[in-house]
Amino acid sequence: MRTRCRLVLFFLTVGACGLGAQSPPSSPPTNTCLDCHLIFEDDEHLGVPAQLFAGDIHAARGLTCAACHGGDPREEDSDKSMDPAKGFIGVPKRADIPRLCAHCHSDAVFMRSYNPRLRTDQLAQYGTSVHGQRLRRGDTRVAVCSDCHGIHDIRPASATLSRVHPLRLPQTCAGCHSDREHMKGYEIPTDQWDEYRASVHYRTLAGGDLAAPTCATCHGNHGAAPPGVASVERVCGTCHVFQEQLFDQSPHKQPWDMMELASCLTCHGNHGIQPTGDFLVGTGEEAFCINCHLEGDGGWETAEKIHAALVGLDSALADAAGLLDQAERAGMDVGEARLVQANARESLIKARVDVHAFNAARVEETVESGLELAAEAHQAGEAALDELAFRRKGLGLSLLAIAFVVFSLWLLIRHIERGKEEIIYKHEQ
Amino acid sequence: MTSALEQLRVWLEERFGHGLGDAIRKKQVPRHRHSLWYYLGGMTLFLFLIQVVTGILLLLYYRPSPGEAFESVQFIMTKVQFGWLIRGLHAWAANLLILVAMLHMFSAFFLKAYRKPRELTWITGCLLFFIFLGFGFSGYLLPWNELAFFATKVGTEMMAAVPFIGEWLLTVFRGGEEVTGATLTRFFGFHVAVFPALTTLVLGIHLFLVQQLGMSVPPSVERAHRQSGQPLRAHPFFPGFLLRDLIGWYIALGILAALAALDPWELGVKADPFVPTPAGIKPEWYFLFLFQTLKVIPARLLWIEGEQLAVMLFGVVALLWVLVPFLDRNPEGRSGRVFTAVGAVAVAYIIGMTVWAW
Repeated sequence: MRTRCRLVLFFLTVGACGLGAQSPPSSPPTNTCLDCHLIFEDDEHLGVPAQLFAGDIHAARGLTCAACHGGDPREEDSDKSMDPAKGFIGVPKRADIPRLCAHCHSDAVFMRSYNPRLRTDQLAQYGTSVHGQRLRRGDTRVAVCSDCHGIHDIRPASATLSRVHPLRLPQTCAGCHSDREHMKGYEIPTDQWDEYRASVHYRTLAGGDLAAPTCATCHGNHGAAPPGVASVERVCGTCHVFQEQLFDQSPHKQPWDMMELASCLTCHGNHGIQPTGDFLVGTGEEAFCINCHLEGDGGWETAEKIHAALVGLDSALADAAGLLDQAERAGMDVGEARLVQANARESLIKARVDVHAFNAARVEETVESGLELAAEAHQAGEAALDELAFRRKGLGLSLLAIAFVVFSLWLLIRHIERGKEEIIYKHEQ
Repeated sequence: MTSALEQLRVWLEERFGHGLGDAIRKKQVPRHRHSLWYYLGGMTLFLFLIQVVTGILLLLYYRPSPGEAFESVQFIMTKVQFGWLIRGLHAWAANLLILVAMLHMFSAFFLKAYRKPRELTWITGCLLFFIFLGFGFSGYLLPWNELAFFATKVGTEMMAAVPFIGEWLLTVFRGGEEVTGATLTRFFGFHVAVFPALTTLVLGIHLFLVQQLGMSVPPSVERAHRQSGQPLRAHPFFPGFLLRDLIGWYIALGILAALAALDPWELGVKADPFVPTPAGIKPEWYFLFLFQTLKVIPARLLWIEGEQLAVMLFGVVALLWVLVPFLDRNPEGRSGRVFTAVGAVAVAYIIGMTVWAW
């Protein structure tokens, strides 16, 4: 009750000072807090926060310490500047932080003057998250705004130094979720970070593709929660659109829903998701299909057909590519055939997506068009190599002919000049 | 057969007189230890004729617009019967032509072939060499591929450094401020009309002077024969020298065919003006020494910009080179030795800078 009263007093004071509704200041405002706190230099609680604040987005936008801590930053006397009567609250309590941040960040009118594109529903979303729900129940160990965004060195999510930049977000989440001590009592695994680091998603991200999924892509950020069985497919489908649509039409959809099997997860896993390959479908040792299907049933037969079709097109493409590479290395122009090869490769990619319909006829139809293109590329490669052989034979014959002519000319010169007297040079100018 | 040839000779002489036949019959080419260099002129002419023939054949299919140039060359190389060979010969012969012309020019320089009365032969030869460089520069852009596009962009930027008229010159050559389709059509015009017309005129004068004045005998050879009292031997131009020339041309043709068949001239990827300049863009090998000079010259020297100074230097050196016959007052004496030394330094500089930039 006391906390709530102090927070109300703080908001009222801040409101009265007009900070919450002002336009961004055109010149740096007076911030006497830093004058004193910077004197403490490396003091972890008093000096370091003041140093860090120089790199904070709020400082860059002209906000002072008082925006969060209250008080009057214009007063040089510390008793007056940190007067509770002027709304000074000192270090905000963890439980109060979401509402403290939301005071500005949920104010659409106020935020518009700083960044019109920034969302203002973070607090509402946070309330739906596991973090927010637990905080409401009094669990202050859960993440609040400052755990992910930082305290005095908050940066825009697009900045590479930000804790929530895509390249750093997984480590930020792992800060708590991989800490067994911290997670004790929550009864959830703590190996997500280890699994994610081995995943194809992380490899893509580490390769510089910032569109690759991080924790927030699947779980949400402010509304972070594990997707339920029913929503896994929707989560994956935000990126893998066609796979989701095809799975919805597939014969697996209904029985898996009944068995409460999480669609994509059942075959591909979650955090440690690995690159796919044609070996994952079919009846081989590594194929997912044999986990449920038995030899002789319809699914087994479908899996075999799909696998054979995919492998057939992949192999035909490899043959064509090999021929075109060989011709290209020899200097032949195979640009047009490369386009056909690329189209055939697209058919293979499409067929691999079609797998999610678990319909052999559909995959075979796509593969068929790919095989026609692969055959066309193969023929072009053979034609290029034939042409190369023709050129080399032609060159050999031409050089022989030239050598013959040169030799004949030499003989002719000798024949003409044999026995002739030497001419004395005499030029008539 | 002999009778048919004789009838033809008579038929021609009835119409053209005896002058031409007599000239051919009487023409001699001196024979000494430096005679080999005489063949370079004929070789340059032969390669130029190959360029004319293959260029005309390429012209049948080539389309000089940014939307069609690359595709038309690709079409020539993949669809046109023996198109690959024609384009390969044209591209390789262009490079060999510059190389042989360069050797011809330097051999004439070191053998003092520019001395009186062959000053104009030297000047027309130098002009022909500069025109050939123009052919190379303009022709390089025509396939409209990435390498050519950016090399032209970098190359034409040098023009802006010419004092007083640089900006104007750049606009004239580019057909605007940037390298665009206007530059392509302009370069095409230079390549197939302006330069060929200039070449015809200058080459005509050059060949006329060679026929009129005969081959130059190096001063060292003249001196040696003067001292020994031995007369200088000679080949009759027809058939002895011409048949030997023919052997050289056939060998050159064989080398060209081998290069075109075994190392086809790459087309690369189509030019995209909107992509950033790729790293490592370099001009053709014969411009490398100029390119490297521009790279190593300081950005500013005293009151003048480095690039501007370099361009002015290139211009002055080229002018002095053309005027060598008038500057070397005594080719057989001390002045001649100084010029030989300067020429040797120039050759070492060109080779050194080219290897450095490679």
